[in-house]
Amino acid sequence: MTENNPPWIRICKLEDIPRLGARRVDQPQGPQIALFRTQDDQVYAVLDACPHKGGPLSQGIVFGHAVACPLHNWTIELEDGCARAPDKGCVKKFQVKKEGEHLYLNALEINVIET
Amino acid sequence: MNIPSKLKLVMIGNGMAGVRTLEELIKLDPDLYDITVFGNEPHPNYNRIALSPVLSGEQTLDEIVLNPLSWYDEEHITLYLSTTVLEVDRIKRRVSAKTDLGEEITADYDRLIFATGSTPFMLPIPGVELDGVLAYRDIADTTAMIEAAKVYKNAVVIGGGLLGLEAANGLSKRGMAVTVIHVADWLMERQLDPTAGQLLEQSLKARGLKFCIGAQTQSLVAGPSGRVSQVVLKDGQCIEADLVVMAVGIRPNTALAQACRLHCERGIVVNDTMQTVTDPRIYAVGECANHRGIAYGLVAPLFEQGKVLANHLAQMGISRYVGSLTSTKLKVTGIDLFSAGDFMGRSGSANTPVQKAANLESSSDTEEIVLSDPHDGVYKKLVIKNNQLVGACLFGDTVDGSWYFKLLRDARNIADIRDKLMFGESNLGDVGHEGQTSAQSMSDSAEVCGCNGVNKGQICKAIKEKGLFTLDEVRKHTKASASCGSCTGLVEQILMFTAGGDYSATPKKKALCACTEHSHQEVRDAIAAESLHTIAAVMERMNWKTANGCASCRPALNYYLISTWPKVAQDDPQSRYINERSHANIQKDGTYSVIPRMWGGETTADELRRIANAVDKYQIPTVKVTGGQRIDLLGVKKEDLVNVWTDIGMPSGHAYAKALRTVKTCVGSEWCRFGTQDSTQMGKDLERALWRMYAPHKVKIAVSGCPRNCAEAGIKDVGVIGVDSGWEIYIAGNGGIKTEVAQFFVKLKTAEEVLEYSGAFLQLYRLEGWYLERTCHYVARVGMDHVKEKILTQADTRLALWEQLKFSLDGEPDPWFEHAQARVDTRQFQALELVAPSTP
Repeated sequence: MTENNPPWIRICKLEDIPRLGARRVDQPQGPQIALFRTQDDQVYAVLDACPHKGGPLSQGIVFGHAVACPLHNWTIELEDGCARAPDKGCVKKFQVKKEGEHLYLNALEINVIET
Repeated sequence: MNIPSKLKLVMIGNGMAGVRTLEELIKLDPDLYDITVFGNEPHPNYNRIALSPVLSGEQTLDEIVLNPLSWYDEEHITLYLSTTVLEVDRIKRRVSAKTDLGEEITADYDRLIFATGSTPFMLPIPGVELDGVLAYRDIADTTAMIEAAKVYKNAVVIGGGLLGLEAANGLSKRGMAVTVIHVADWLMERQLDPTAGQLLEQSLKARGLKFCIGAQTQSLVAGPSGRVSQVVLKDGQCIEADLVVMAVGIRPNTALAQACRLHCERGIVVNDTMQTVTDPRIYAVGECANHRGIAYGLVAPLFEQGKVLANHLAQMGISRYVGSLTSTKLKVTGIDLFSAGDFMGRSGSANTPVQKAANLESSSDTEEIVLSDPHDGVYKKLVIKNNQLVGACLFGDTVDGSWYFKLLRDARNIADIRDKLMFGESNLGDVGHEGQTSAQSMSDSAEVCGCNGVNKGQICKAIKEKGLFTLDEVRKHTKASASCGSCTGLVEQILMFTAGGDYSATPKKKALCACTEHSHQEVRDAIAAESLHTIAAVMERMNWKTANGCASCRPALNYYLISTWPKVAQDDPQSRYINERSHANIQKDGTYSVIPRMWGGETTADELRRIANAVDKYQIPTVKVTGGQRIDLLGVKKEDLVNVWTDIGMPSGHAYAKALRTVKTCVGSEWCRFGTQDSTQMGKDLERALWRMYAPHKVKIAVSGCPRNCAEAGIKDVGVIGVDSGWEIYIAGNGGIKTEVAQFFVKLKTAEEVLEYSGAFLQLYRLEGWYLERTCHYVARVGMDHVKEKILTQADTRLALWEQLKFSLDGEPDPWFEHAQARVDTRQFQALELVAPSTP
């Protein structure tokens, strides 16, 4: 749109994500990404796979700036993508750009498949 | 430079209660204070309770350090070790101290904590100052005892209380000949009744200890080297002793507090926020504090105090300490002993702090249940007053100690289990987890928590190495009992004997979650009494500590609101667990399962055809018949859910929800040659009347047509069994984690009555149950008598409850079809799509 380096891809509007909720971004060829919106309208993007057993974080309950994984209730901090102690492990974080009401992800970042 | 400087917090004392307070404070607000700590021992904070295992050689000193020096560094705490505080100037707000090298140190404070602990009481007798006479309080004493045991032969321990016996046992294990001199008529008279005290004496004698009971020490006599060599008793008896350990009691260490004129009275007097009553800038916590007349000496209450104090220091002033009930266990390996509450009962009067804390008085209106088996060395006494357990004293078999303690703390009415009380929890018709009831007899490799695969050895190791003291801490670090919770009792037992006598279960009131101090009941009451209709209103009114709760409290609050205020409070899908938000069960791979409702377990060819077609069309990998007489389609992709529901065209089975699940039925009188009632029709009627009913937890019903009970009604929340003359209703059964047999409730004549009574009971449960509490736990908590009173005795209450339930369920939408009405956010079923990176 406005910038080409890095290439930002428009994903959706802020209002497309429920407050204290999430949406899943489906990439047929790339990693699945969970996009979260907190009560104070902060938006975070992380890989949609809990560091514990790969649970889909996008389906968890969002509170504060954290999400509880729906499978075994690990709490993942959205600021840094890391599990709250004493659980250990981090999930990959992605940059989110907010321009007006639109949200963008960085194409260079999200196409990298991590194993 | 105009950076606002941090507040200065100074703590005098570096022990368990004080440092725990700092840990709690740092958790709440790491940046509020510059913290300075003065400790007079040369060690960082260590686990004082574990000195006994160190003395007996079961643990090493390194293993009992709780906060290594690096921890103080990481938290930017200024720590002065081997430093004695000489003066507190309350006008200048300055603490002056001196190191053991004579260096003088001062520190200014905005807030000051006294965590000075207690000092052992030394008998004022001739010879008390001699070499070889010790107290038993800290690492230095312990080391001195270990060293003495290497060189000398005879030890005398003065004091046959908890600490004295642990010292005696340790010294004996290190090879010394030990005599215990005890002034009272039996050992541990503050924790045991005479019978248990005598049993304890016998078993310690069998281990080689000697005793002088009812004996007073007159003096200590020096030998030629100047070291103590003899203990002389009042009756003239002389006992050889190269080492004398005095364990006759401790006193709150208040010398410094008194010197700066803080009000002291067997401890520094504090209010419910641990603030001294004299100076609002000064707090006291731990053994040195006197709270409502009691100076506690056990670790669990002190940690509770620390938590409250931390809350206030973090300026979140919402919590109060209101005292604790404590229990005791002796840390002598191989001796099982437990006591709590009014353990004396009628047979004597004991005025221990424990009893004062519990507001108990030994009086003649108590009754006792006693089991005594001298051959096996087992003695158990339960003290009962007004149908409540008020005290317990167990020797030789303490398996049920934590259960009795729970009954005592909860003040549960025990009338209905009185005849089985003595035989323990495992005899209540509740088989428990794999039948395991005794943690102590388990090997280290035995699995304790079947959900998370945690064995006993791992739990013991974590407790010792990480210094864990509470069930919550053990859950966090090991995951043991953190899932289904059925092994909670076992984990508590392991905690009790690993953390030792100072472990005690925490307060009677359990907070709903870490976001609040309030219990489930308090929250329920406030929602009803103050007409709170939204989660935000509850959080604001009840001073929630977090902005929007957590994954534990939000679903609970949402349920309390919609059940208390039907048609008024609005459901909040974002506060529901994913299964209830997407109306399907999430599976381990992130797909979902779909279970359509089949009324009473009956289906038709047409329904089966539609199911089969959907399985083909959406390539659903697994089709399974459930235990609740329905069909489960597993492995459905989230984006297919709405289409699968539509294609199948059957109502939601709510198999994903804390709601009415199935009504299981047998064939009944329509076909069965034994059937006495039309159980299938009864089941269908119940299911149609009650479906869409959200509840504190899932609800399962079964209806059998004759006493052969093919529908297994005996393990359901409501079980209905047809007999020739009508229907028998059983309630509060459970076939899950712990099998609980449903209890007979009432016998009814007509199908209409079955609907009314079952509905009224479930509505009572919906209104009084705590979130995630099954009917069996709810009925165990409130008592069957309470339920019978409301439903059977009070006919108008029963009718009102049944009407309320019908009102609540009237017009409730089916979430699979009426998305908007059920507030189902259908956007969740579509993923956001990425097309391609935008080109310039």
